[in-house]
Amino acid sequence: MALSNVLEIPTSGFNFENVARNVALEGLLEGGQTKTPKPMKTGTTIAGLVCKEGVVLGADTRATSGEVVADKMCAKIHYISPNIYCCGAGTAADTEKTTDLLSSNLTIFSMNSGRNPRVVMAVNILQDMLFRYRGQIGASLILGGVDCNGNHLYTVGPYGSIDNVPYLAMGSGDLAALGILEDRFKPNMEMEEAKELVRDAIHSGIMSDLGSGNNIDICVITKQGVDYIRPYQESEYKDKRQKRYKYGPGTTSILTEKIVPLELEVVQETVQRMDTA
Amino acid sequence: MAAATAMRFGQLSSGSDMAPDWTTKEVSTGTTIMAVEYDGGVVIGADSRTTTGAYIANRVTDKLTPIHDRIFCCRSGSAADTQAIADVVTYQLGFHSIELDEAPLVQTAANLFKASCYRYREELMAGIIVAGWDKRRGGQVYTVPVGGMLVRQPVSVGGSGSTYIYGYMDSNYKPNMTKDQCLRLVSGALSLAMERDGSSGGVVRLAAISETGVDRQVILGNQLPKWSTTGYIPYCLSKGLEIYPTV
Repeated sequence: MALSNVLEIPTSGFNFENVARNVALEGLLEGGQTKTPKPMKTGTTIAGLVCKEGVVLGADTRATSGEVVADKMCAKIHYISPNIYCCGAGTAADTEKTTDLLSSNLTIFSMNSGRNPRVVMAVNILQDMLFRYRGQIGASLILGGVDCNGNHLYTVGPYGSIDNVPYLAMGSGDLAALGILEDRFKPNMEMEEAKELVRDAIHSGIMSDLGSGNNIDICVITKQGVDYIRPYQESEYKDKRQKRYKYGPGTTSILTEKIVPLELEVVQETVQRMDTA
Repeated sequence: MAAATAMRFGQLSSGSDMAPDWTTKEVSTGTTIMAVEYDGGVVIGADSRTTTGAYIANRVTDKLTPIHDRIFCCRSGSAADTQAIADVVTYQLGFHSIELDEAPLVQTAANLFKASCYRYREELMAGIIVAGWDKRRGGQVYTVPVGGMLVRQPVSVGGSGSTYIYGYMDSNYKPNMTKDQCLRLVSGALSLAMERDGSSGGVVRLAAISETGVDRQVILGNQLPKWSTTGYIPYCLSKGLEIYPTV
């Protein structure tokens, strides 16, 4: 890749070391009648749309690990740059790391060139990376941002295909969310109407899909700045904790105490004068 | 060994069998694409449907991708693969054109596509039609199907929907047609293919490339040419027949 200021240097060929390790582990654990932990999937509903003043992104906050909800307040809208945010669906680790990598690379680019990154740049970097890994990185991303060329919304699939459309939904709840978006989307919507539409789309995903649930996060990106509302709406089915699960001091009794001072001796001392004239 | 572990990896990560296929299938363009040459340029056309298994991921896709000012390619096959190849060729052709200090030939673009598609034929699934206009040979259409063959044809169709329109194309194409006749031929052929092929649909995107420039149009679903077998109800109404309830 031609970006000379990017931190990561891709190694040639595919690295399947972890695959061999996983297969070996499965073999070992199967003998002991335990299962390997399933990768945490976000099982998700994410949506985005372009409105008159900017881009509105929305996501639910449930992360599942098999049939158990692993995280009830998972953040699926990731920061990429001050003007670009990205929703991620698929394997939680993959979306986290991919967006982190992208964010780091774009920060380096910004520092090098003194410019704000453009959304097409983020999309191209993602596409390059995901295509190179041929679908092994299970990340379906919705990228939205505002730059000097206008308001943009892109989706990047796990195999590296991109689509540039005015409204989108991804994740396991996408069919439900897309139904709402197809019905009520209009070009150049007002901000409040757009936020309500995204909220309704995510809500529909939460109601109709088991993998999505809990709260709704909304991220509004405009030329003036970003409004990351987390949560935009809390789940009506929130539980009240019965007890406090914090242990006060004195819960565990101390039987013995031994203090060993570390003896350090000065081996070498150098003084470097700083010229502060 | 790598292949065996890769296959096993596929089984590990495929999750439950209850998951719908659009969560695991790769995005494919399904598709019908077509290009016709006329005296002075080419007319290219494509449908607008991208599918992931049975789900339509994008119903307004643009499969006519510009490679250079007067050279386009029509993409069919895997969306990721064709987008990546088109990006690579756009870069290579742009660089070549700067070195040459003149507009590149369509044949050059077609050969660049062939080079990538043939070298990586095992890993890629891409059927591409390259079409455009250049000063030396005028309007040209080159087809680079899956596998990496390269052949120049006056008219070419591609994609999963192309099988349904070979007959229409063979019987309706005549040499030395005008630009408007070509536009009608392409829009007619594409609407027939979209009618029969489940993986093709949406709108028809057309582009006419000539020395003066590129003229793009979109034909929406309700404006497509109608045929007597297109739709049961219009057919009955046109013939004055009773409309029987279908189960």
